[in-house]
Amino acid sequence: MMHLLLFALISLIKTIGLIFVIILPMVSYTVYAERRVSAMIQDRLGPNRVGIPLTLFGFQKDIPFFGLVQPIADAVKLLLKEDFTPNHVNKFYYCLAPACAMAPSMMALAVIPFGSQLWGEPMVVANVNIGVLWVFAVSSLGVYGIVLAGWSSNSKYPFLGGIRSSSQMISYELSLALSVIPIFMICGTLNLPEIVRYQTVHGWLISPIWLNGISLFPPSINGQEIMRSFDFLKFLLWIPLFISFIVFTISMFAETNRLPFDLPEAETELVGGYHTEYSSMKFALFFLGEYAAMIVGSAVIVTLFFGGWHVPFLPTTLVDPYTFWGVILGLIHIAAFFFKVALLLFFFIWVRWTLPRFRYDQLMRLGWYFFIEIALVNVFIVAVILPFMRR
Amino acid sequence: MPYIVARPKLNFSEKAYLPAIFSGLGITLRHFLDILSGKKKVTMQYPEEKWDAKLPAHYRGAPTLVTDEYGRERCVACQLCEFICPPRAITIHPGEIPLENRWRKVEKFPQEFEIDMIRCIYCGLCEEVCPEQAIFLRKDYAITGLTRKEMVHDKKKLYEMGGVMTGLVNKWNDKK
Amino acid sequence: MSPLLFWIFAAIMLVFGGMVVIHRNPVASALSLVVSFLALAALFVSLDAYFIGVIQILVYAGAVMVLFLFIIMLLDLKAELRRRPNLPAVCGGFVVIFLFIVAIAEVSFRFQGGDASFQPIAQGPQGDIWHVGMILFQRYNIALQVVGTLILVASIGVVVLSKRELK
Repeated sequence: MMHLLLFALISLIKTIGLIFVIILPMVSYTVYAERRVSAMIQDRLGPNRVGIPLTLFGFQKDIPFFGLVQPIADAVKLLLKEDFTPNHVNKFYYCLAPACAMAPSMMALAVIPFGSQLWGEPMVVANVNIGVLWVFAVSSLGVYGIVLAGWSSNSKYPFLGGIRSSSQMISYELSLALSVIPIFMICGTLNLPEIVRYQTVHGWLISPIWLNGISLFPPSINGQEIMRSFDFLKFLLWIPLFISFIVFTISMFAETNRLPFDLPEAETELVGGYHTEYSSMKFALFFLGEYAAMIVGSAVIVTLFFGGWHVPFLPTTLVDPYTFWGVILGLIHIAAFFFKVALLLFFFIWVRWTLPRFRYDQLMRLGWYFFIEIALVNVFIVAVILPFMRR
Repeated sequence: MPYIVARPKLNFSEKAYLPAIFSGLGITLRHFLDILSGKKKVTMQYPEEKWDAKLPAHYRGAPTLVTDEYGRERCVACQLCEFICPPRAITIHPGEIPLENRWRKVEKFPQEFEIDMIRCIYCGLCEEVCPEQAIFLRKDYAITGLTRKEMVHDKKKLYEMGGVMTGLVNKWNDKK
Repeated sequence: MSPLLFWIFAAIMLVFGGMVVIHRNPVASALSLVVSFLALAALFVSLDAYFIGVIQILVYAGAVMVLFLFIIMLLDLKAELRRRPNLPAVCGGFVVIFLFIVAIAEVSFRFQGGDASFQPIAQGPQGDIWHVGMILFQRYNIALQVVGTLILVASIGVVVLSKRELK
């Protein structure tokens, strides 16, 4: 009983720490980063004013602080706005939809290892064997929020947005799931912490240049073994893995409704798409849900391809994780994970402000004609290579 | 008769999108880095940096009234500006100049001259229409106030902003 | 997993299963079915069958029901009208329910293994996915290949049919 209580307490601390201390601030600062980066790409400056408002307390000047307080101002604005509910909507589903949009991305975080360990406790909320399947399952539920919003708003543009979103997400879920199968074939597990551990030994799946390479030969100090691990087979599996990285990343763009695939909310054609009829905090939930989905997507990409929390040239574990340096190492791993996520988020933003939106038939063509076929062939290639490497 | 535009034949690298996408990403990244490093500067940080010095002579800021070198108010309360003002921002209450005054022959002067700066559209028609060269659009553009009343410029305020304007035509001096 | 959670999830599943029939609005019915699926997935997880539970969510709640919803919305089905129940249909319904309950009671009273406790299957580091894979690809390999071919043929057939429709 005591053991169960302790387990529940630790899980609760991890969940709260992850979601409220790291992810939600990260979501709001991703919005800030989006505004700043987009501004700079367009030769503007973006919000750089909102700081500590000293003038409210009678001082001469505010401290601008690079506008880092902007997300708080945004949140206050969104919370204090009038929560307008149009008369023609289906009230219950109209209120349910924003929650359905936000919750799945938060749930998907449960299986992602965001650090190695702290005080011997693995830094993942739920260490389950189904790992990435859980992420796909939960994020596939995210479409309900958008579809419900589109349907319950009871007007044309949101409805079109909802319809587009549902067909887009179903189409790209296929290539999303198919493209990562090579990873599981190579690592032999679906468990995300295990995949990260595999990468700490064999090198990141995106670029296995250091460490042992994705050779599947057991690491050994025996001279012959090292010679063998340096042969060309070491990098042979890297080619299909790189293909699966590209397919997975692009499908992730489509799955999170980011430009160039943001057809469900295409402003120029559908006004605001599925959230046209929403205002105030309900709108904010859609907005934050989109960014949370983006963060989860980046976290999955980091976990699968960029070695998760692994920092090259740094030990993965110390002998005793309870010492000061053990804790520091654990914190460095957590920081490394979120640093990589932040870099990927920058990539997401960068792509958004570079590429124009696809047309709907182009989007569907890309998904059904190319990505699914590429992913299937990729699986086949890995299946052919693997028996030769296992020996 | 429809005009059919021939679709250009794309070669493989164009069909694959990726080269174009990467060159696009390169362009946006260059812009991002130029602004981030401060190499390129486009934006003027408004309250700290102003372009007041670079304003052209014909800039249309707030309309003001001017006095001439004799200290005479040039406005004769003809009410043409009030008449032409498109948003009807100007209100003039004319008065008669008393007999003993040096400028008796001008006959009229504005007892009250109000420009509602909430209504004013800075079109400059008042300046153009004025036969006495009494109203000018100056370079003040940051007209603010906390109440509606503050935003209505009365005669005193208008003369304060306009000041003295010399070298204008003085038709009332010569003919006695 | 404690029996309390089992009862909670079983109750959710049954209540929302009932709602599928009771609701007059087709969208509400479809969504109730989704909730019912989620509760069913929770029951699978309680049996340590994580893989089946997640596949339940991924395939049924995440894909099949989205398609259902998609179609319901596209066809713009209105809520059904309330009709007066006719007597023979109601009687027939009650008879069917009665027979169903009898059948369930018969099976559950005959079933001896209900009290026996079984070894958990999914032990070891590989977990239940490994077991599912082993069984599928060793014992039922031919059946699996046949089903796979069948689905392939079906999907090719769909493509051919939809292409012909376009002309």
